[in-house]
Amino acid sequence: MKSPEEIFEILKAEFQDAVVEIDSELPVEPIIIVDPLAINKIAQFLRVNEDLQFDSLMNLSGVDDANGEKITEEDGTVTIKGGTFSVYYHLHSTTIDHKVVLRVITDKNKPEVESVDPVWKASTWHEREAYDMYGIIFLNHPDLRRILLPDDWDGYPLRKDYENPEYYDGMKVPY
Amino acid sequence: MSLRTEEMVLNMGPQHPSTHGVLRLELVLEGEVVHDVKPHIGYLHRCFEKHAEAMTYPQVIPYTDRMDYLASMYNNFGYVEAIEKLMEIEIPERVEYIRVIMGELQRIASHMVALGTYGLDLGAFTPFLYLFRDREKILTLFEETCGARLLYNYMWVGGLSHDIHPDFVRKTKEFVDYFRPTIIELNELLTYNKIFIERTANIGICPAKEAINLGLTGPNLRGSGVKFDLRKNDPYSIYDRFDFEIPVGEGLVGTVGDCWDRYYVRILELEQSLRIIEQAIDQIPDGDVKSAVPRRVKPPKGHVYHRVEAPKGELGYFIISDGTVNPARVKVRAPSFVSLSAIGEIAKGYLIADVVAILGSLDIVLGEIDR
Amino acid sequence: MQNYISEITGSDIIAFVLGTVPPLAFMVVFTLFAVWLERKVSAHMQDRLGPMRVGWHGSLQTLADFLKLLQKEDIVASATDKALFNIAPYLVFVGTFLAYAMLPFTSIYIGSNADVGIFFVLAVSGFVVAGLLMAGWGSNNKYSLYGAMRSAAQIVSYEIPTALIVLTMIMVYGSMSLNDISVQQAGFIWDWGIFGGALTGIAKFLIIPFMLIAFIILFISSLAETNRTPFDLPESESELVAGFSTEYSGVKFAMFFLAEFANMFLVSSILVVFFFGGYQSPIGYLGHLLGIDWLVPIEQTFWFIAKGLFFVFVQMWLRWTLPRVRVDQLMAICWKYLIPYAFFNLLIVGLILLI
Repeated sequence: MKSPEEIFEILKAEFQDAVVEIDSELPVEPIIIVDPLAINKIAQFLRVNEDLQFDSLMNLSGVDDANGEKITEEDGTVTIKGGTFSVYYHLHSTTIDHKVVLRVITDKNKPEVESVDPVWKASTWHEREAYDMYGIIFLNHPDLRRILLPDDWDGYPLRKDYENPEYYDGMKVPY
Repeated sequence: MSLRTEEMVLNMGPQHPSTHGVLRLELVLEGEVVHDVKPHIGYLHRCFEKHAEAMTYPQVIPYTDRMDYLASMYNNFGYVEAIEKLMEIEIPERVEYIRVIMGELQRIASHMVALGTYGLDLGAFTPFLYLFRDREKILTLFEETCGARLLYNYMWVGGLSHDIHPDFVRKTKEFVDYFRPTIIELNELLTYNKIFIERTANIGICPAKEAINLGLTGPNLRGSGVKFDLRKNDPYSIYDRFDFEIPVGEGLVGTVGDCWDRYYVRILELEQSLRIIEQAIDQIPDGDVKSAVPRRVKPPKGHVYHRVEAPKGELGYFIISDGTVNPARVKVRAPSFVSLSAIGEIAKGYLIADVVAILGSLDIVLGEIDR
Repeated sequence: MQNYISEITGSDIIAFVLGTVPPLAFMVVFTLFAVWLERKVSAHMQDRLGPMRVGWHGSLQTLADFLKLLQKEDIVASATDKALFNIAPYLVFVGTFLAYAMLPFTSIYIGSNADVGIFFVLAVSGFVVAGLLMAGWGSNNKYSLYGAMRSAAQIVSYEIPTALIVLTMIMVYGSMSLNDISVQQAGFIWDWGIFGGALTGIAKFLIIPFMLIAFIILFISSLAETNRTPFDLPESESELVAGFSTEYSGVKFAMFFLAEFANMFLVSSILVVFFFGGYQSPIGYLGHLLGIDWLVPIEQTFWFIAKGLFFVFVQMWLRWTLPRVRVDQLMAICWKYLIPYAFFNLLIVGLILLI
């Protein structure tokens, strides 16, 4: 059993700059923030390390952090500029029985995160869902397609600045 | 010399009797042998997560009902517990006991559908109707308590929508006494049937290591021989007060982790759920089920991931609160979603009939996969 | 029968046409009854009531359903092979119907008392396979094709144990005519085929276990040949939707349905003829007792249909109890178990008959 703080120390020692900080301000669990392009290596380390053995990925969720800069145009329309997306990884070790939450933050304009699919196969569909809903690109994912929405859907609906389309395939969307 | 023939692609679904909903499986076949399975989902997508962001916290509860519509109580359970964890609400004992009893009754009802439809997938029609007859008794109990038979909206943040019916305790005890012998009947009719064993033993084997890696949870993981149950390993609510066992697949008729083991774990869990109900039903303390319901559900800024052992596996709610009355993000880790993603790995190399058997043994509900 | 009618009407053609009417009428009425029976049997086995609204205990339900089916649009998808698609249901029906010509309902009425008897039944059942293959291929649907291929493989495979058992029976009775076989089992219940038939002495006792084995093998094969659970793979709805009949609707679907239920009675009556005395009464005839000769054929018809229905009921019973086997297990049962046992049985019965 290791606390998130101890896990953070281990990761910091191993990966230095790729592990950014630990955020334990907010309830309920502390979060370790890491580099989106190093997450696959960190994940691999977390899984195979003797003291950690995180063999189970409980959940993987994309999140729109809603921290973009709001710009109000002269005609009243509001556009959101900048901002970030996050991906949260909830890990659990079935052998040692401890948990940790990882978070990667990626730029909204170029949302690229390394895929953890080679480490935990459970992530395959979760990553596809995050791609489907937020447009987060998971690098080196074996099969990054839309999963819940139709293949020809435009836009990423769970983004905070998403607007419903007027028409889809000739069908009126708002009713 | 072997004759090279073309592979054939068969679309199983979206309208197919044994896909348990609107699911399309793209099977790449050579003769009857399945070379690849690609599930296509999303036919039931109702934008649960998008809706949730526009609703207040209590308004989300009816939406959770509609995810795993065979285990609505448990969907409520997980969601309200997550919010309570975030808001640090102490809930009355009475509420905890009623929640556990409802949850376990729901688990029995959900397993009944799983077991019955599994028989149906393999061509045995009769056990299905026997189980539905008994499930009706549970639904009647629910109906008397909260007025609904399928989508209950019963558990509220901090409490319950209604107190239990005065007859509830007596009727639940009667149900427990009635239901025990029917498990034996079911075993004689289906579980130990020679043809049934032939169809399910050594089919769709998923070893323990792989099951964990694929993210299988609940009865599917335990079928692979992993003794892991959130009610014991990561106790929530008051599950740590009850005495029950975690049944695991032992490969009684085949290999550990085959379809029969996953099926049999569910049978054994029926008995364990009955045990929990028996212990809990006598201990329900008095009290007001609505005393802790907050007037305004407005959690502090923060985030929570709470998981419960739903009948189909680990049901997790990841909720981010931005300090307003609307959640900023609700992500559901649906057990069926992850179970179905594993079918490509498990079902390769078996026959078409086995794909049906494997799909049935994973016990998926499309309402929860597509959300 | 034909001779009798042609004497009255003076025309062979009319005689032959009229001679076909009773089996056809029987088939239709039986199907209507059997569908109702199947629903009731399944319902009561499953702790429910089944059809209750139309007529007494829903007895007219199938008639209403049949009328509904007749009115349905006859859908023919554009990609089907029209000729095959349209002929197939009738071919399946005709194959079954032809076999009815050989069934000895009573000692005086047989569609055709040909000497080839059972041989003819086996031969015309081949039509059914051809019909199913045509339906599967002509539908241009993958499920139909799978259903048809499974069906063809299944029926052709199970014809082998069937033929071996039939061969054994021909040895025992020394005749291929179903009427002759029935006549040999005249008397009481211990004269039935399963108790050694008309054999005498030690052979009668020695042969009983082997007749039992023969009965079991023939019964299993007949389940497979009629595509009933646990061998209903060609139309297993949980895998292949409806197999070869997926694309059919209306009257053509009704034809498949009719043929399936008629086939159930056909195989049951073959079992009855070989092992359970055919139309012979187990307890003697009231007609003989009272000296009323015309009562005997009526009693015989009753016994024949009653015994046939019993086995139809057993088929239904199995269907609502057992799960379905897998396609490779189906073949394994046939080739690894039934055929060797049938051969062995043939050998032993042959030896017993020699002594």
